[in-house]
Amino acid sequence: MLYKETGQYKSTYKSDHAIFPLIQDKIAFSTLMFIAFLIIPFVINSYWEKAILVPFLIFSLAAIGLNILTGYCGQVSLGTGGFMAVGAFSTYKIMTYFPDLNIMIIVLISGLITAAVGILFGLPSLRIKGFYLAVATLASQFFLVWLFNKVPWFYNYSDTGQITVSERLMFGIPVTGATAPPYATYLFCLILVVLLGFAAKNLIRSKMGRSWMAIRDMDIAAEIIGVPPLKTKLSAFAISSFYIGVAGALYFAVFLGAIEVTESFDIMTISFPVLFMIIIGGLGSMLGSFLGAAFIVTLPIGLKFIMVDLVGLSAVTAKHFEITIWGLLMIIFLIVEPHGLARLWSIAKEKLRRWPFPY
Amino acid sequence: MSLEDLKNIPYGKTAIELKNIFLAFGGVKALTDVSFEVKKGEVFAIIGPNGAGKSSMLNVINGFYKPTSGTINFAGTDRGEMEPEFAAKSGIARTFQNIALFKGMSTLDNLMTGRLLKQKQNFLMQALYFGPAEKEEEEHREKVERVIDFLDLQSIRRTPVGSLPYGLQKRVELGRALAMEPEVLLLDEPMAGMNVEEKQDMSRFVLTVNNELKTTIVLIEHDMGVVMDISDRIVVLDYGKKIGSGLPNEIRSNKAVIDAYLGVADDE
Repeated sequence: MLYKETGQYKSTYKSDHAIFPLIQDKIAFSTLMFIAFLIIPFVINSYWEKAILVPFLIFSLAAIGLNILTGYCGQVSLGTGGFMAVGAFSTYKIMTYFPDLNIMIIVLISGLITAAVGILFGLPSLRIKGFYLAVATLASQFFLVWLFNKVPWFYNYSDTGQITVSERLMFGIPVTGATAPPYATYLFCLILVVLLGFAAKNLIRSKMGRSWMAIRDMDIAAEIIGVPPLKTKLSAFAISSFYIGVAGALYFAVFLGAIEVTESFDIMTISFPVLFMIIIGGLGSMLGSFLGAAFIVTLPIGLKFIMVDLVGLSAVTAKHFEITIWGLLMIIFLIVEPHGLARLWSIAKEKLRRWPFPY
Repeated sequence: MSLEDLKNIPYGKTAIELKNIFLAFGGVKALTDVSFEVKKGEVFAIIGPNGAGKSSMLNVINGFYKPTSGTINFAGTDRGEMEPEFAAKSGIARTFQNIALFKGMSTLDNLMTGRLLKQKQNFLMQALYFGPAEKEEEEHREKVERVIDFLDLQSIRRTPVGSLPYGLQKRVELGRALAMEPEVLLLDEPMAGMNVEEKQDMSRFVLTVNNELKTTIVLIEHDMGVVMDISDRIVVLDYGKKIGSGLPNEIRSNKAVIDAYLGVADDE
């Protein structure tokens, strides 16, 4: 009853093909946007910014990127960390060479550079599939991290090998560097996530998305319909890498401020968690990308809260338990609901549709 | 060499001509010296026992297999070595013997993939989903809705095709091919595994497409009753060789064809 479709007739294809065809979804989304843009910026503090909201937004973007490639186009990738490093180092180098360029433009150019690198590492996908492709992308992960570690030009010959962001303003307010206020970094990420999120959704519901899904589901039939496999797969790699590159640029410039490549873009800290995000959130679902990112980002915080604050374990013991429980949850989740949180949500909607009637 | 060629030739004239096609996979000879022509607007059937090379023949026509030797003409122009994409652009659509739908997508999206070649907006416009890109989507949706109406698929529009029963999947696959608005439709056993009613429905669809849309049909089918009823001309393959061709009545009384299907008695 709460989630009633009855009576909402569509008389044009436009309204039938809308992103939120139902009035309830529209209201929910508008409310969410209202809270995100007009309430949170006024109440945000640096704990919420650094621990939850900004990492959630950045990882949502990375998850959307990987979901485009893996969930929609069916090409498994373990190179997310490497591609995020490309975004981060592109931002760093552009900042060095163009001190006056607007940070928004720098971030987007970093995305484009990552897209080019993504195309390059996507070339093997024409010949290999599945696990074998995963191994090939794994190679890109290790190669890129190695490259940024070994070639001093990338970190401007600094002694530590670290790269550090300099302060950049947006409308006179710093959004990068140590002095950036929480609301500025949050809003900067939020705007990018909303814009790029809509762009991704639009791509998925039009020609490009259908070509990707056709390649994913049955590549032979796709080819006979006239979907060129090479071009389609590479376009997925390019656009996916663009999103991941932008996420990497934000991760470095807005979130961490200073990074060391082997630590920050390791396969265990980035590539696998982002892959878990889309698997737990739901492969081939935009909503799933966000739900997965929220889950993975908040899980350690929630576990720590329960174990340290409620149960009273020491922080070190809790850290060990956290990893164990994390892994356990992952396994339980895959067994109980292999289609992810997005599927749970659609089941919940199905129930709400009939509630409170039992039939 | 225009892609419009197949569209522009008059009815009854040769649309596709295959000359001396040989196809071998290593030592296996799938097709040996097969020649025939398909005339525009007809229902043309390829029959033969299992393993005769019928599906290989279709794969050669739409460029999925490259023949070892021999020539393929579309509308009188030699197509040489071509990619499947080229055949699709020339107006050739096909269905598969073992359904090759996009299982994770809805019926509507499956049919919409049939329109992909005709959608011209670039990805930036698609990402903005604004103006021309949105209009293009709606135009193609309208075309697809006509196919949905024709094939009675309204009730399963939003259903993922992986969960549909077999007969409906076959129908959706026909729909996807029809959404391409093809000049030539290659059907690989469209009625395999169907019951009598489903076969009648499918035959009706095929004939309507042929009559109303003037689409040329090339059909592989094992049900002789159906083949004899709906096809204009028939070619018979056995062990990769052509053993007969002609009108249904001629095929029915062709000695070589009867031998191929029933075997030859020992005392002959």
